[in-house]
Amino acid sequence: MSNSKIFSINGPVVKVRNTKEFSMMEMVYVGKNKIIGEVISINDLETTIQVYETTSGLKKDEPVYSTKMPLFATLGPGIISGVFDGILRPLNKMEEENKNFIKVGSNIESLDTKRIYNVKITVKEGDIIKPGQVYATCEETDSITHKCMLSPFLKGGVVKKVAPDGEYSVLEDIVEIEDEEKNIVKLNMCQKWPIRRTRPVKKRLKISKPLITGQRIIDTMFPIAKGGTAAIPGGFGTGKTMTQHALAKWCDADIIIYIGCGERGNEITQVLEEFSELIDPRTKKPLTKRTVLIANTSNMPVAAREASIYTGITLAEYYRDMGYHIAIMADSTSRWAEALREISGRLEEMPAEEGFPSYLPSRLSQFYERAGYVETLSGEEGSITIIGAVSPQGSDFSEPVTQNTKRFVRCFWALDKSLAYARHYPAINWMDSYSEYDEDLKEYYDNFLGKDFLKMREKISALLAKEADLLEIVKLIGMDVLPDEEKLIINTAKVIRVGFLQQNAFHKDDSYVTLEKQKCMMEVILHFYEKAIENIDKITFVQLEESNIFSKLIKIKYETTNKDIEKFNIYLKEIDLFFNNITK
Amino acid sequence: MAIIRHIGLQAVNGPLIALSNVKDAAFDEVVEIEVENEENRQGRIVHIAGDKVIIEVFEGTSNLSLKNTKIHFTGKPLMAPLSTEMIGRVFNGSCKPIDGLKEIFAEKYVDINGSAINPIARSYPRNFIETGISSIDSLSTLIRGQKLPIFSEAGLPHNKLAVQIVNQAKIADTVDGAKDNFCVVFAAMGIKNDVADYFKAKFEESGVLKRVVMFLNLSNDPIIERILTPRFALTTAEYLAFEKNMHVLVILTDMTAYAEAVREISSSKGEIPGRKGFPGYLYSDLAQIYERAGVLKSSSGSLTQIPILTMPNGDITNPVPDLTGYITEGQIVLSKELNKKGIYPPVSVLPSLSRLMKDGIGEGYTRHDHKDLANQLFACYAKVEEVRSLASVIGEEELSAIDKRYMEFGRAFEQIFLTQKLNESRSIKQTLDLGWSLLTILPKEELDRIDPSLLDEFYDKSKSKINA
Repeated sequence: MSNSKIFSINGPVVKVRNTKEFSMMEMVYVGKNKIIGEVISINDLETTIQVYETTSGLKKDEPVYSTKMPLFATLGPGIISGVFDGILRPLNKMEEENKNFIKVGSNIESLDTKRIYNVKITVKEGDIIKPGQVYATCEETDSITHKCMLSPFLKGGVVKKVAPDGEYSVLEDIVEIEDEEKNIVKLNMCQKWPIRRTRPVKKRLKISKPLITGQRIIDTMFPIAKGGTAAIPGGFGTGKTMTQHALAKWCDADIIIYIGCGERGNEITQVLEEFSELIDPRTKKPLTKRTVLIANTSNMPVAAREASIYTGITLAEYYRDMGYHIAIMADSTSRWAEALREISGRLEEMPAEEGFPSYLPSRLSQFYERAGYVETLSGEEGSITIIGAVSPQGSDFSEPVTQNTKRFVRCFWALDKSLAYARHYPAINWMDSYSEYDEDLKEYYDNFLGKDFLKMREKISALLAKEADLLEIVKLIGMDVLPDEEKLIINTAKVIRVGFLQQNAFHKDDSYVTLEKQKCMMEVILHFYEKAIENIDKITFVQLEESNIFSKLIKIKYETTNKDIEKFNIYLKEIDLFFNNITK
Repeated sequence: MAIIRHIGLQAVNGPLIALSNVKDAAFDEVVEIEVENEENRQGRIVHIAGDKVIIEVFEGTSNLSLKNTKIHFTGKPLMAPLSTEMIGRVFNGSCKPIDGLKEIFAEKYVDINGSAINPIARSYPRNFIETGISSIDSLSTLIRGQKLPIFSEAGLPHNKLAVQIVNQAKIADTVDGAKDNFCVVFAAMGIKNDVADYFKAKFEESGVLKRVVMFLNLSNDPIIERILTPRFALTTAEYLAFEKNMHVLVILTDMTAYAEAVREISSSKGEIPGRKGFPGYLYSDLAQIYERAGVLKSSSGSLTQIPILTMPNGDITNPVPDLTGYITEGQIVLSKELNKKGIYPPVSVLPSLSRLMKDGIGEGYTRHDHKDLANQLFACYAKVEEVRSLASVIGEEELSAIDKRYMEFGRAFEQIFLTQKLNESRSIKQTLDLGWSLLTILPKEELDRIDPSLLDEFYDKSKSKINA
């Protein structure tokens, strides 16, 4: 029985007086229903607890139980293709128990303890095992092999006893080790890890490989690296979620962790339905087999929304330690920041900008810094890439969450309302966006696609920048008065915008485009432009316009598949032929 | 009956009262407040600190004094009485009948705060609702189980549009085709008396009144009750949709008045204000209302929400439309400019959006050309805006030939496609064909959003029809 009793209740914030029982960030059970909470401040008078479920019906003097543990995640096989809430409770188990609605005080184990895995033990008696080292493996899903690693909290030691390979559930002991102090430690297939603590690695490695997404505006113009960070800011309706979905579907990470943080319930359902139908082009298995969903929708308790981000990144670190490349989609980090603000308000803390607490920037940087390309404790390479959506209030990018996020990410894909209004998707504005990974990835692109790839990209950017300048003039005096060279720039830029940057997520040949095809598309457009400039004295712009060559160039994206690389040589020849004919 | 626990108060401030020496009170519990010579009022515990509690009084605190008031604790959160008898009845914001008939006989009582729907239990909404309004059906398609708000302003015909949607919506075309499983839950928060009467009269005229549950909290009713109104309405709607398998359309008007009530109570509680004085938890609060829409796997019913909100001074970045837009699945924005031109419904198509549309249209739902056609119409109309701003500088005469065609397209789009009579219902086929006939104003090469095969199928056909 606990001595600590509730003194005050204000929304998700509960206070306990006259106790020295609790420690900071400790997980506690609050009230008779034992709902989960976390200690967030302690002083000599009172201990403040944030509660992860609704406090409706909670009474003064109900007990608060200490667990002597920080808020943790149980890690082990059975996480991939699962759907969890913000504190890693499996939603499908909750549905079985509580039907359609989420009930208060459902303390359900994260992992399915009954499921049997076919386990291979990878150590033998007498081996010395260190933290982070793998001692058993099993097939978690068709696409992912789970590796059970010695928890970094343990000291390591000599393997004393191993169970034979065979079928085990997650809680059965399979290996026994003896540490330096002659303590016997029994290992099963899972471990616990506090979600707010970064898991250790051997060292951070240099970022050098791109995360290939198959989205032209990202891969070609504003690439993201494996182990990098990116933000997608945009007002409502600009396609943040659609962009995140496209990345989750097509990027070449091994595992996707999708955090639906304070967003719509139907979006989670959509991911569930869509991803179970879609096939991963690399493993040929359904996408759900490599995806974990953390769903804390906007109407679920606000404190769990705050925790969901940390839960997600802890899962990512755990799988990274096995040597996988992970991509995290956090949709949306603004909702998380708002959860911080809401709790801070209930604590009556002094607000900084726009009511957000003054620790907002440090919390954001702690989160984004958990990304990286690393060598794991067991000596393998793994990475975590974080892609966070930001929902600026009033679509104003100068608000605190967007501005602070900008400081800690190196890729900024600014979504633009006017592009979205014209249904130009992905609505990433090419003038406001940037990627700082160009330099890191130069070597990869040069080796893989040839040195001309980056040169072509520069030319494309230059044309787009030129177009932006010219459009200012056109707005004032109209297009007709421009010289032919400039008309050509504007029309070529239109081809780039519509035929290259805009991408149809629902078209079979356009939803995912390989780097090779991206390069070929650029090549054709630029070849046309160079030919046209060369011959600009011999032809008139009207001739070009009437020949429909621009709309033909735009339609190339629908006429070629990822495999038709040769077809692009024909396009190049056709362009040559076209200019030969027209100048005759 | 609850025991009298307390006589007298410690403080009264706006809609809030404070008591001390309270034991055994639960957070969110409902209390009955007895005032001499008056009907009992109800309140809810919003803060507990030691033996002090703060209570929100739903009916307002006028006439309460520190001495004359007795408080009964009920030990329960606020419950809504539920029954299918509620259909056709009118209630106030606290779910008391105000149509002169007697109290309903409740089949069950449910906590009005509801619980979050488990995302696993949801089924993704895909069934298209034909509203008969071209701009909505083709460009911002309403889907069964969606929450699609109307962003409006004072002086715009949002009420007419809502009535037209209710009257024309083919929501109940289920397998049996019966109208019996369709009903409307109408929640009015802080709207004017005559607006409430307008809705009542229009529903009566079209014969849907029998199928409407009304919750009225008018602009002169107590503020706190306004916080409860949508919760009673949605608890009722959830019961009808998910337990009685009905297709429920919920109209919530006006959400701006609701949010202002939240702000008023927050400031009288002395909370730290966020943007424009609204409390920091407005997003979570609105989400608890809007997220109560959808379709469940375990039930054949659906709950579709059309919240209406008036943007103060037409500002879409105001916290209420802004936060709403982040929660709801799209929005229908009405435009003052179109309204001035005499176009009804004045739907501003570019900022309007339906997020669920992409999965509920096309082959098997509407028609296979719908997606491309809608995209093309958007793109062309966006171009019209560009051309218009150019024309306003250099004059229409100076525009290039193709830009002139765009001007013509823009006019036709507004006059022929958007404009509809109050009782005019167009089928989705008519709407799409109309869209194609508009596109024929432009040369085929300009239509870069449409798959070439569709273009061949529809553009030429449409063109020849017009020429004939």
